Amino acid sequence: MSRLQAGRRHPVRFSLNGKPCTGEAEPRLLLTDFLRHQIGMTGTHVGCEHGVCGACTVSIDGSPARACLTLAAQVDGCEVRTVESLAPSAGRLGILQAAFKRNHALQCGFCTAGILMSLDCLLRDHPRPDEATIRDFLSGHLCRCTGYAPIIRAALEAAAEMAGDVSRETTHA
Amino acid sequence: MKPAAFDYVRAETLDEALEVLRQEGSDARIIAGGQSLMAMLNMRLARPRTLIDIMRLPELARIDAKGDTIVVGAGVRQAALLAWPELGRSLQLVALALPWTGHAQTRSRGTVCGSIAHADPSAELPLVLQALGGEVHLRSAKRRRRVAAREFFAGMMTTVRAEDELIEAVSFPAAQQRCAFREVARRHGDFAIVAAAAVQTAAGVRLAVGGVADMPVARDFPRLEGSALDEALNAFAYELDARDDVHATARYRRDLVRLIGRDLVREVLP
Amino acid sequence: MADAAGHLLDHHEAGSTWVGKSIPRVEDASLLSGRGRFIDDLGVRPGTLHAAILRSPHAHADIVSIDISAAKQSPGVVAVLTGEDVTSLTTSLVVGVKAPVECWPIAVGRVRYVGEPVAVIVATDRYLAEDAADLIDVQYRPRPVVCDPLAALSPDAPVLHDGFKGNVASDRTFRYGDPEQAFASAAHRISIDIRYPRNSCTPIETYGVVADYDAGEDAYDVLSNFQGPFSIHAVLSRALRVPGNRLRLRTPPDSGGSFGVKQGVFPYIVLIAAAARAADRPVKWIEDRLEHLTASVSATNRATTLSAAVSDDGRILALDWDQVEDCGAHLRAPEPATLYRMHGNLTGAYDIRHLKVRNRVVVTNKTPTGLNRGFGGPQVYFALERLVQRIAVELNLDPLDVIRRNLVAAGAFPYRTASGALLDSGDYQEAIRRGVVEGGLAALKARRDAARAQGRLYGIGYTAVVEPSVSNMGYITTVLTPAERRKAGPKNGAQATATISIDPVGSVSVHVSSVPQGQGHRTVLSQVVADVFGLTPSDIRVNTELDTTKDAWSIASGNYASRFAPAVAGTAKLAAERIAQRLACIAASQLNTEVDDIAFVAGHVGSKRNPDNKVSFSRLAGLSHWSPGALPDGVGQTIRETVFWTPPELTAPDDADHINSSLCHGFIFDFCGVEIDRVTLQTRIDRYVTMHDCGTILHPAMVDGQIRGGFAQALGAALYEEFAYAPDGSFLTGTFADYLLPTTMEVPDPLILHMQTPSPFTPLGAKGVGEGNCMSTPVCIANAVADALATKDIDLPLVPAKLADIVRGAEPAPPAGRAADTKRTGDRSLRGEGQATVAASAERVWAMLLDPATLQAVIPGCHHVEKLSDTHFRAEVTLGIGPVKGRYRAEVRLSDLDPPHAVTLGGSAEGGLGFGGGEGRITLAPTASGGTSIHYVYEAAIGGKVASIGGRLLDGAARVIIGQFFASLARQAGGAAPNRSRGSFVAKLRRLFGGGR
Ligand code: FES
Ligand code: FES
Repeated sequence: MSRLQAGRRHPVRFSLNGKPCTGEAEPRLLLTDFLRHQIGMTGTHVGCEHGVCGACTVSIDGSPARACLTLAAQVDGCEVRTVESLAPSAGRLGILQAAFKRNHALQCGFCTAGILMSLDCLLRDHPRPDEATIRDFLSGHLCRCTGYAPIIRAALEAAAEMAGDVSRETTHA
Repeated sequence: MKPAAFDYVRAETLDEALEVLRQEGSDARIIAGGQSLMAMLNMRLARPRTLIDIMRLPELARIDAKGDTIVVGAGVRQAALLAWPELGRSLQLVALALPWTGHAQTRSRGTVCGSIAHADPSAELPLVLQALGGEVHLRSAKRRRRVAAREFFAGMMTTVRAEDELIEAVSFPAAQQRCAFREVARRHGDFAIVAAAAVQTAAGVRLAVGGVADMPVARDFPRLEGSALDEALNAFAYELDARDDVHATARYRRDLVRLIGRDLVREVLP
Repeated sequence: MADAAGHLLDHHEAGSTWVGKSIPRVEDASLLSGRGRFIDDLGVRPGTLHAAILRSPHAHADIVSIDISAAKQSPGVVAVLTGEDVTSLTTSLVVGVKAPVECWPIAVGRVRYVGEPVAVIVATDRYLAEDAADLIDVQYRPRPVVCDPLAALSPDAPVLHDGFKGNVASDRTFRYGDPEQAFASAAHRISIDIRYPRNSCTPIETYGVVADYDAGEDAYDVLSNFQGPFSIHAVLSRALRVPGNRLRLRTPPDSGGSFGVKQGVFPYIVLIAAAARAADRPVKWIEDRLEHLTASVSATNRATTLSAAVSDDGRILALDWDQVEDCGAHLRAPEPATLYRMHGNLTGAYDIRHLKVRNRVVVTNKTPTGLNRGFGGPQVYFALERLVQRIAVELNLDPLDVIRRNLVAAGAFPYRTASGALLDSGDYQEAIRRGVVEGGLAALKARRDAARAQGRLYGIGYTAVVEPSVSNMGYITTVLTPAERRKAGPKNGAQATATISIDPVGSVSVHVSSVPQGQGHRTVLSQVVADVFGLTPSDIRVNTELDTTKDAWSIASGNYASRFAPAVAGTAKLAAERIAQRLACIAASQLNTEVDDIAFVAGHVGSKRNPDNKVSFSRLAGLSHWSPGALPDGVGQTIRETVFWTPPELTAPDDADHINSSLCHGFIFDFCGVEIDRVTLQTRIDRYVTMHDCGTILHPAMVDGQIRGGFAQALGAALYEEFAYAPDGSFLTGTFADYLLPTTMEVPDPLILHMQTPSPFTPLGAKGVGEGNCMSTPVCIANAVADALATKDIDLPLVPAKLADIVRGAEPAPPAGRAADTKRTGDRSLRGEGQATVAASAERVWAMLLDPATLQAVIPGCHHVEKLSDTHFRAEVTLGIGPVKGRYRAEVRLSDLDPPHAVTLGGSAEGGLGFGGGEGRITLAPTASGGTSIHYVYEAAIGGKVASIGGRLLDGAARVIIGQFFASLARQAGGAAPNRSRGSFVAKLRRLFGGGR
């Protein structure tokens, strides 16, 4: 049994975006604060800290999860992926990101990282979701800018492209 | 909006977890998926001295079919149960209700037993457990016991679980009967204003309602038709002692019990 | 080429413009890869501290004492500030009306709304700051509360500020034309009373402030995601007691939405700046969502009575407005602007010459109000367009005919409204004609008829609205009398600012003081400036951060009133054209041709007649740096040009109170079909059509993005969102689980239609477009629901439960033997009763109730009981249900003693999670078996944090706790608790009430 004592920092070892990562966290440190302010990965955003807005969504062991409802200590040994992992290389965008750009599926971009991570998980598991599935899946996200329609369009386009229905040259960032 | 300080215990065996509970009682809280607890910690509504993480215990992460009972361990996430290939055949009502529990992003972490332990009167899983007449498997350092769903819930977020006990598993009878589920919330994925489940019984139908009283409430009805059914549902609706809040009035909740109740009864007793 | 617009280049023919094309946004790549730079993403100076704010749980109370001693000792804490500290470091914020009233960013001696800051705790991290906040002990003495704007007018209402007359901060009447005569001679007078609810556009990023104070220079440096207007800078520097040039206010590169809301961060700038000064270190504060919902800012709620003088054929001859605006607990700058923003537009899209207005502004015990998308428009149009629908119903006319009959004529532009707005351009009749045809109104009507034939509840609603944009900075002075205005000096205009710079290698940079929050300003500006210079958008770099010490700015700077496209983008064009003009002179002299022959094409500046005679743009543009001596005489530099532009049409209000409150006026015509589900009573939007004329469209996809986004927020306002308060001022919607934003499942995609009538008053012909649907959509949906249900009274949001009585009439009676539910709707007090039987005699039970030792044993979670008198006890208790627990200080008083038969138990408790009070009457009766039957009834009310974030759980929680009390009383008295396994009296109650066994 390991008891991590309150008020002290304890090591957390996990895989972040495919690379091993070690940080230190008090037991009560939220994964959001850990990623953003200890590791310096600020792409994951915080909109409510009570699990409703979805801005903080990251992938934990392949499933979309609320980083604000997760303690840093809980991801010890897990595989965590964040929005920073989505681009194939610096200066280029992945298929999903490019579809968001083409469809004007973001305005302020504050909700976007969470939505991208949810969709990334969805499309890995269900290559051809229909619109109803996408809407249901994204109902755990709040976007205040776009009215959602362009996000749904972008998701459908990206799904079609990943499934090989459409081929598109890689889009430059 | 940050949690107050606590110790975090990562249990490597169930006995370890039980021992901490024995020593610390209500000052310790089990954390499984944490999807209800974490929000309360962040808001400092809850401030336990110790959190006991039980998600590293493989023995709890199992779904077992034992005869005509399905046993779901405390480490089974809602998404895992939803993805269980047998679900539609063995636990049709759960298959109907689970997609209404939160969102994909919370079902991925939240556990089945965690939702039942939390005993939110609007939550779907306690309702289904109540409707199916399931059992809660409690365990402390000293003993194990099983409590029927109808005995387990004791009020708003209150159960008969003793301070030194944890829920090891819940079991559902693998139901072959006809069943139906319906939920009305302000938005998709919100806590139910009214959620209702109906299950066919030998004598008629059992109707369970969540979101209205302090806990999910099940009631057995004989086979009734027409105005007799309406009267029975009306009496049931009033008995639930509905309240007003910002999302609905008591009257609206009773309306839904009457209307949805009638639809569901007709669905399972065609 | 590796740039954002690269793949569009192929389609960009020479001679065509970038403006008007939906090019990809330059903002997107970094936002999509997690490289945004929002305020909480930026590094801070080493040693920066973090603030948490302790807030009032009470809506109205005197602060008796604040004990911060324990908090100061808490680990990591550097400073704790209370109202007194803040008043010693700062000056009150100015108030928008002439009255001896102060407005502090923190409570001083008294709290006036739930969530009002009471103390600021500064510590080495946010977690520690919140730990310390928990240790502050504040004693409050509650005062009576007033939450309703009409109740606030009553002479016996509790008064919030002594400097106002009652609670009225302003009361003005206006008269235009001859309304009395119009009403006297009209065939009909048709009226409507409406209540517009409180809501907010709640951006997903909350407020943030990082403040630093340099004592050596007596200067503040503040970074905040403030959105403007920068008139507030003057308010801030005054409050911080420094000249404007010693308050450096900067904005981060990215901001996560605002919709007006981030104007409301400014009181926190003062608060955090004061904290930085007190702590002598930089201090950072990121608002959390609970703080944001409870206490950031809100749109105003308004009670309006609107009457129209109407002819038989539905022609509106005059309007009579009576508006009571609720600005919450303090009149914060720029309020009461919400009420006056629409003052020139009180006749909407209609040609109505006679107008009477009474505007009252009241304060109530709610969060202070401020900017919010739509800003006054939703409140005005909800009344006006509901009235138009009522005119149609009452006169048995087609609502669309009533709209058409009253529109401003197509040839009448520019049209001066009765109250002074100058409607710049439009053709409303044509917009409606196209909307009806392209939007398929005929098919929609057929759909409605078919649905109705099946007994379904289906209705159609219409709205026509004028969407004002580019506010006149002087409109707010309409709240003053002409005499007061003369004394204060004129205020008017709307300075927009843009700077174009060219560096030594000829690359072009643009800076504007527009402070976007996701609207894509950088992309549009790159299009506008690329067109002027014959470059591509990727050649242009745009910076929209604002730094008041280095950048050109003015009071109108910022992003509000939909001013970007009409004013800011146009100003950038003017600045670019000034440089282009000089470059053309230089080119003409170098190429030996006339200035008129010069064209900027594809990266070159050359002769139109002889395209081969050209010079590269970058070479020409760098000349001012490398060889100023080579410039032709008198041409001037081409390094940097700043243009300030203000439209001459925006004049100050005249002595008859005419005010051209905005520069541009777009037009929107909406219609929709809705169905109300007969079981759930939920309103489903079947089809929504929105026709916009916003002048020249600069970037079609962004315009549609603004419309869709505004529509989704408006849908939320119509169906889901309300900042709800209990009559005692408790705030009830403090989480995103109670303040409901629409999601993917709730927002349909509207059909968006356009026509373009350029504005003659703006450089690019563009008008604002971002706010229109917040004005048109709520009332359009309400009109459709009114049509579906054939009802007059529609209250937003359309919570399904509100429709039950309208759709279903009276509720089925309860079964015989059960009393009907008598609770009034919205009454939050908890009532209950119960009964327990114990083995002990009535005398024994009586003695126990009066004995502190027993009380300590039976009060759930009681740590100790102190007896202050025979009938007055004080207790420390830990109460809770499930994981929710809190420690409270409780007072219990016994009264109406009738030994050993009955006693009244009154009590109150206060603690970190909130406060509660209640009273219960206990009666004891002997039973046949020698025991005692205890019967109790109680009534209790709970407020504070737990009410705003856990309201859903409250009733049940109170019942559990009260049940526990009597269960343990029964146990103490030797009575077997009715059910051992439950060990709870509640179990018996449950069985009595049919708890499912
Ligand atoms: S920040 Fe995690 S869901 Fe909102
Ligand atoms: S793009 Fe701003 S919240 Fe979604």
